[in-house]
Amino acid sequence: MDQIYQLLAITLGAILANNFIFSQFLGICPFLGVSKKVDTAVGMGIAVTFVMGLASAITWLVNKFVLVQFGLEYMQTVAFILVIASLVQFIEMFLQKSMPSLYTALGVYLPLITTNCAVLGVALLNIQENYNFIESVVYGITGGIGFLLAIVLFASIRERLVFADYPKSFEGFPIALVTAGLMALAFMGFSGLSIW
Amino acid sequence: MNIVAAVITLGVLGALFGFVLAIASKVFEVKKDPREEAILSHLAGANCGGCGFPGCGGCAAAILAGTAPVTACAPAGAENAAAIAQIMGMEAPTGEREVAFVRCTGGVNAKKRFDYVGVKDCISATKVAGGPLECGFGCLGFGSCVNACQFGAMSIGPNGTAVVDPEKCTDCMACAAACPRHLIVSVPVSKKVHVGCANQDKGKAAMSVCSSSCIGCGLCQKECKKDAIHVVNGVAVIDYAKCVGCKLCTKVCPRDAILPVATAEEKEKYKEIKKKQAEKAKAAAAAKAEAEAAAK
Repeated sequence: MDQIYQLLAITLGAILANNFIFSQFLGICPFLGVSKKVDTAVGMGIAVTFVMGLASAITWLVNKFVLVQFGLEYMQTVAFILVIASLVQFIEMFLQKSMPSLYTALGVYLPLITTNCAVLGVALLNIQENYNFIESVVYGITGGIGFLLAIVLFASIRERLVFADYPKSFEGFPIALVTAGLMALAFMGFSGLSIW
Repeated sequence: MNIVAAVITLGVLGALFGFVLAIASKVFEVKKDPREEAILSHLAGANCGGCGFPGCGGCAAAILAGTAPVTACAPAGAENAAAIAQIMGMEAPTGEREVAFVRCTGGVNAKKRFDYVGVKDCISATKVAGGPLECGFGCLGFGSCVNACQFGAMSIGPNGTAVVDPEKCTDCMACAAACPRHLIVSVPVSKKVHVGCANQDKGKAAMSVCSSSCIGCGLCQKECKKDAIHVVNGVAVIDYAKCVGCKLCTKVCPRDAILPVATAEEKEKYKEIKKKQAEKAKAAAAAKAEAEAAAK
């Protein structure tokens, strides 16, 4: 029972209270870069969720059975980048062969994830928080869902913002950054949840 | 010792992942039709969009799928079209190379209604009260076609209208799409006689706006021995299938609207020849009438 509560806490924390984008400020690059349209934002969000879940599982195994065994915990960052880069490559090949429709849907976003720091972030946080294997995977997937939620909400607002009447000097990225800031403030309202 | 352990561990990890990826690339290899690459290598590679497909890759895929003809890429030329046809297992297409031609020689000859000082772009210029020219058909000379040309074949000529360099032109017709006046047409490269005007107004209306406009008088039509030039919708049009390039029409045109423009000397010479011919015919007719009268 405790285990289930723990997982629920992780889930709520990852999606709302400790949202990767709005509280931890990880993965900001794709968050700002591919949030002009809701369609592409959904594609990116799903791709990130997918990779974060898998990366959490594999990096946890690599850490436990390789790095800890040889006392090389300080090499985590390097080793995890290696894992994530090859993992993304592998997933791309796998999808191209077996799920061409998903491959074309994710398109260019899949290789972009290699350099998404939210993925590396979740791998390192799993170790920092001393999560076990299941907790790590859940944290990875729910973290990805949090990213998906944030980027879709943000893209929806940006789509509407095109028609809004704001000063010319705010056009484009300035208004996007202001919007992101306000959304981060709104998400701070969830911070009380972390007690539970 | 720690350094060695780190190097070995990460090295082994990297090698392992590399090995897995190498196997995966073989296992999950997606078979691509090798013909697509082959076709792509025979396209012009300018991504000009003249074929109507998104770039040369899109065109190659369309040719392979059969939705585009092997000649879809005009810039690549007949040689490459034949090569593509061979890849596709079809017969090589035949036909003469065509080039773009601008049907206006107005430029400085055309009267202006006002001085346009806006963006140097033909489409923008036509948005301002229908453009700065009195002539509603003429080349504006702001070079939208020059910008559209990926091959450096278009330029604004000395008299202010766009001209095509037939050597560089690949007949992609990107310029035709860019011209708001729809002046650019495709003509066979070997034909040298062209009508350099597209003004469909008749007589005075065409005469008053430009000194080199076709007024639809029909002299060329009467003069042509091959029935190759006709006045259609108020402007002379050459039937390139029939035209032999004798240039008689250029010599009788009172408006110098047919290219290549005949010089005054040539015109005088031709007039004299015509005069002599007419006299000869007259004399022959008179002699004939005399002979007939004598016979009676």
